[in-house]
Amino acid sequence: MIPFTYARAANTADAVVHGSAAGAKYLGGGTNLVDLMREGIEHPAGLVDVSGLSRDITETDNGGVLIGAGVKNTALAENRLVRTRFPVLSRAIVAGASGQIRNMATVGGNILQRTRCTYFYDDTGSRCNKREPGQGCDAIDGFNRIHAILGASPSCVATHPSDMCVALAALDAVVHLEGAGGKTRRLPFTDLHLLPEGRPDVETVLEPGELITAVELPAQPMAARSTYRKVRDRSSYAFALVSVAASLEMDGATIGDVRLALGGVAHKPWRAWKAEEVLRSKAATQATFQAAAEAELADAVPLKDNGFKIELAKRTIIAVLGELSGVSA
Amino acid sequence: MAIRINGTDVQAPSDPRVSLLDLLREELHLTGTKKGCNQGACGACTVLVDGERVVSCLALAVQYEGCEITTIEGLSKEGALHPLQEAFVEHDGFQCGYCTPGQICSAIGMAAEAKRGVPSHVTDDLSTDTIVLTHDELRERMSGNLCRCGAYNGIVAAITETFVEAGE
Amino acid sequence: MSILEQAKQAAQGAAQSVIQKAVELAPESWLPGGKPDPLIHQKHGLIGKPVSRIDGPLKVQGKATFAAEFPMDGLLYASVAFSTVPKGRIASLDTSAAEAAPGVVLVMTYRNAPRMKPMPVFMSNAKAAGGDNLPVMQDDRIHWNGQPVALVLAETQEQADHAKSLIRVTYEAEPATTRFVEAKAQNTQPGLFMGQPMKQEIGDAEAALAAAPVKVDVTYTTPRHNHNAIEPHAATIVWQGDELLVHDASQAVTHTAWSLSEVFGIEESQVHVTSPYVGGGFGSKSLWQHQVLGAAAAKLTGRPVRIALSREGVYRMTGGRTLTEQRMAIGAAQDGRFEAIIHTGTVAMTHHNAMPEPFILPTRSAYAARTFKLDVEVTYLDMIANTFMRAPGESVGTFALESAVDEVAVALGMDPVALRMVNEPSEDPTEKKPFSSRNIVEAYRTGAERFGWTKRNPVPGSVRDGEWQVGMGVATSTYPYHRMPGGAARLTLTRDGRMKVEIAAHEMGMGTSTAQTQVTADRFGLQLDQVDFAYGDSFLPGQVLAGGSQQTASIGASVVAAQHAMVAELLKLAGNDSPLAGLRADEVGGMEGGLAKLDEPGRHETYASILSRAQRDEVAVVGSAPPPLETMHWSMHSWGAMFCEVRVNSVTGEVRVSRFLGSFDCGRILNAKTASSQFRGGIIMGLGMALMEETQFDERNGRIMNPSLAEYHVPVHLDVPEIDVMWTDIADPHAPMGARGIGEIGITGVGAAVANAIYNATGKRIRDLPITLDKLM
Repeated sequence: MIPFTYARAANTADAVVHGSAAGAKYLGGGTNLVDLMREGIEHPAGLVDVSGLSRDITETDNGGVLIGAGVKNTALAENRLVRTRFPVLSRAIVAGASGQIRNMATVGGNILQRTRCTYFYDDTGSRCNKREPGQGCDAIDGFNRIHAILGASPSCVATHPSDMCVALAALDAVVHLEGAGGKTRRLPFTDLHLLPEGRPDVETVLEPGELITAVELPAQPMAARSTYRKVRDRSSYAFALVSVAASLEMDGATIGDVRLALGGVAHKPWRAWKAEEVLRSKAATQATFQAAAEAELADAVPLKDNGFKIELAKRTIIAVLGELSGVSA
Repeated sequence: MAIRINGTDVQAPSDPRVSLLDLLREELHLTGTKKGCNQGACGACTVLVDGERVVSCLALAVQYEGCEITTIEGLSKEGALHPLQEAFVEHDGFQCGYCTPGQICSAIGMAAEAKRGVPSHVTDDLSTDTIVLTHDELRERMSGNLCRCGAYNGIVAAITETFVEAGE
Repeated sequence: MSILEQAKQAAQGAAQSVIQKAVELAPESWLPGGKPDPLIHQKHGLIGKPVSRIDGPLKVQGKATFAAEFPMDGLLYASVAFSTVPKGRIASLDTSAAEAAPGVVLVMTYRNAPRMKPMPVFMSNAKAAGGDNLPVMQDDRIHWNGQPVALVLAETQEQADHAKSLIRVTYEAEPATTRFVEAKAQNTQPGLFMGQPMKQEIGDAEAALAAAPVKVDVTYTTPRHNHNAIEPHAATIVWQGDELLVHDASQAVTHTAWSLSEVFGIEESQVHVTSPYVGGGFGSKSLWQHQVLGAAAAKLTGRPVRIALSREGVYRMTGGRTLTEQRMAIGAAQDGRFEAIIHTGTVAMTHHNAMPEPFILPTRSAYAARTFKLDVEVTYLDMIANTFMRAPGESVGTFALESAVDEVAVALGMDPVALRMVNEPSEDPTEKKPFSSRNIVEAYRTGAERFGWTKRNPVPGSVRDGEWQVGMGVATSTYPYHRMPGGAARLTLTRDGRMKVEIAAHEMGMGTSTAQTQVTADRFGLQLDQVDFAYGDSFLPGQVLAGGSQQTASIGASVVAAQHAMVAELLKLAGNDSPLAGLRADEVGGMEGGLAKLDEPGRHETYASILSRAQRDEVAVVGSAPPPLETMHWSMHSWGAMFCEVRVNSVTGEVRVSRFLGSFDCGRILNAKTASSQFRGGIIMGLGMALMEETQFDERNGRIMNPSLAEYHVPVHLDVPEIDVMWTDIADPHAPMGARGIGEIGITGVGAAVANAIYNATGKRIRDLPITLDKLM
């Protein structure tokens, strides 16, 4: 770790002032950033500790929830409103990491965590365009079992590792941001993260110094019937190979509305727009679920080791829709 | 502001790179808290911060000013072992003993979480207020603490005896 | 390994075979183990009791001091930089920024490291402990991707790590051999294990296979593994004048001390290695380059050094288990009798040590067969030297052997337990020696009964529970009894009736100190709290490797020898006024705090009384264990039957082990509590091997890509069901205490038991470990 300065932000405005300085980075729980700094991948000149800011979860006027970016993952998962109105979010959070890490990690930090690609992590011995733009990617022809099947580019095949974010993508979450000069804006969560294209080092649309202050979940009545299913290499404490977050509204035997997102398959939490399109207003049958899964994965591109993810994603989508609709195979 | 460690105030390190784990081990010689991976992947460094379990390797010490830290050294009072420590010995909840302090601190934090009603990955009913620490619940909640010797059965038995059977 | 060294090993092997012949022919009574240890017949002692660990209270309080926890004044912290190419030379090395960084005291590279000899590589000498025999930072040559190229010492770990990141190294890479398939195509050589050839043919196995009415002839593969003890390798090192003190995490303190003395060209007595607690070893905690580098840097700076490897450092600097590719063929008659067993294949290793993963070992003794063909071929790669990892050979070898036996059972339509019983040998089938004690049939019978084996539906894929397919599998586990030469112990009896045992043995969590305290108390008729067991220090007597599951026997034989000396000495001191007067050493034993005539317990005198009358405060003796000739006369192995129930998710292919039972035949069990933990621990590591463990070695450049506990998966709590263990407790009449070691057998057979259960659940036969979900979708 290179030497750096540390400052605890007194409030959001103070944070943004410090966070806009050259080389500054925001520090939440540190569970990802500290690791990356130790590995020599992140080397901020200064850390601005925002973990003490915005730790509230409040109900909004329209029945949604506003989550402070400093809320710890455990606090979010155990929150009553979240558990009853947005169970998919609680489920996604407790499917991730460990009890200890969930007690440390913040919502803001979870959103901005970086990939687990082992070539990204190998600072001295491997090439990585995300770490060092233009260097090349050793993952494309290397071990890429955990890598992307959707939305990857010739420069990067990494995946976003968060579980929580997959639920946020499905819940139409809105991210609240504050930037230099107190300028605030709101952004659909699904627009926050970027696909790698030619610049995998640029992972979000955040402006320099811009801080995530909160995440808003708009009311989504159907989310009361929502769930998260994660498939991984051991039964707990492992990153997703594939995960599925879904909310479903049934209108008799017909699918009224649906939200579907995938984890472990792309550089960003993957909202399954195509599958949703296929599902809406259709009879809730295995055939419909299959068609939706096929539509979503139609553009999937396998790498050397991860071709199984295409079939796994389809099967998991179908199983989750079956579970939520009560229509099983 | 100081960091309160097992009841004693300690100044935060001047070098912000120092982790809570290294502060404990190298500066305070509280070596009961172990370094297994320094990456948050094994749980050997687990301590309690204001009663909540965290991995101290990923915790920058400066971030914990104003907090109350309890380490394994803070559990036994006046030479008497904590009931969970006794149960670990009785149920052979360890072999080499290296992951043990982390397992014990984690279990204490875990029991408090369950008592508070925090759900887990294997909780069927999210709306429940009462978490019963079944074999599955306990194992899922402790999965952040690796034991390479494979003392998992004994650990689960010790925790069950202390926090489930004792009705805590 | 050089040709010279290979020749030396072969010569040793030849000499050994001459001795072996003589020992095979010798009358039993001449041999160690020829007369059963009297303790075997003691029924009411402490042996076998579930005594809690004597170091338990320390460990649960975090008060046990591990290698990286010895405080020292003026301590410097080390950080190591690793090469990023597998072969070549260092072209440029810029350490200026590191040297100028805050807190830095030394940057050591091949340019300024002291001159040192390579480590004596393990098995090249009785006390050699080195993981490889390469120059340690002596030149610009690179031999593996991850080799240490620079070491920084600084006042704090943070400063050392930072300075290390400022070192710039470039390499002139040379063509390297890092691809197994290519290396194998170029050249393989027959592997030697412990100096002995593994190639063996009995009859014409190929012909017998071809003629057999039922046959299985398939290839099994297993990947590289890493031990991943939760305590990373570490040492706290200081030079006190010309004397080197190393607080190490070691399973070979005496070997490490001697080897370091060779490296630095000093006397063995000038090196003191301690290792009171070891945070898991599993074969990995021997001498690797980090202790040498730490000592060298301490020498250069004249200050104590702590070298605690990062988790990545453990992967880059200490070896793991190598990969195997095994052909396993069994030909059987219609009644199930094996006509041919062929177990051959190839492993990768390096030129820098001698560890061809000996996967054929279990096949030598497990089953009767008319013909055998065994061979482990070796191909050489440019990689870190691979090494011993829990049950080297047996762990991965039983995966192939026991999966294939299951495949034969399927082909025959026979119950796999019954098939094994049909092929039960009456003597060791390849060594043609009698078994010292073999009760595997009993282990199978009792295990099957407790597990409910008869409830298994033999039709694959026929049991379902919702999304889950359920199946049961079984496999034999086995590991040999070993006892290495060089065991010795000192016993000190004090006038207060306390006995101290001192031996340079190790406690890595096996329960050694507890079990041996029980044994010693029983031998001398003392209470547990009257015995002190001192270990983990190279200045103590004996060379007792914590490896090959041999510590129990080695310590046992050493203490027996010392006991003879102690009793003789006490009888001399007791003199004519004692009730013991006139008795010979073999007529008395320890009872109730003293000695008594074995068949006339009334003739008894306490130790306190003997010592008081003789006006002695203490009596100390050293005893040396006899050479381990028993293993040349008898075939000595432990056995077990592993029963497994799995659930396989039909949607995702995820596997969950829902039940597991190990039924063991390991001789007498010394401590029911710690032994259960040893068995379970081995089984759990076996579950990891079966389902998730793999060191990812990038064949493009020989770099390990998952050097982390996040990306190398070991089983977590939720992966592990309650594991049932049981044992025959039938004493081996030819082993000290009647006990054979139990540290490694637990991992053997597990891979196959899981794979066979998965076959039963799904009808899918997976022959490539780990069995990840993609293989079952």
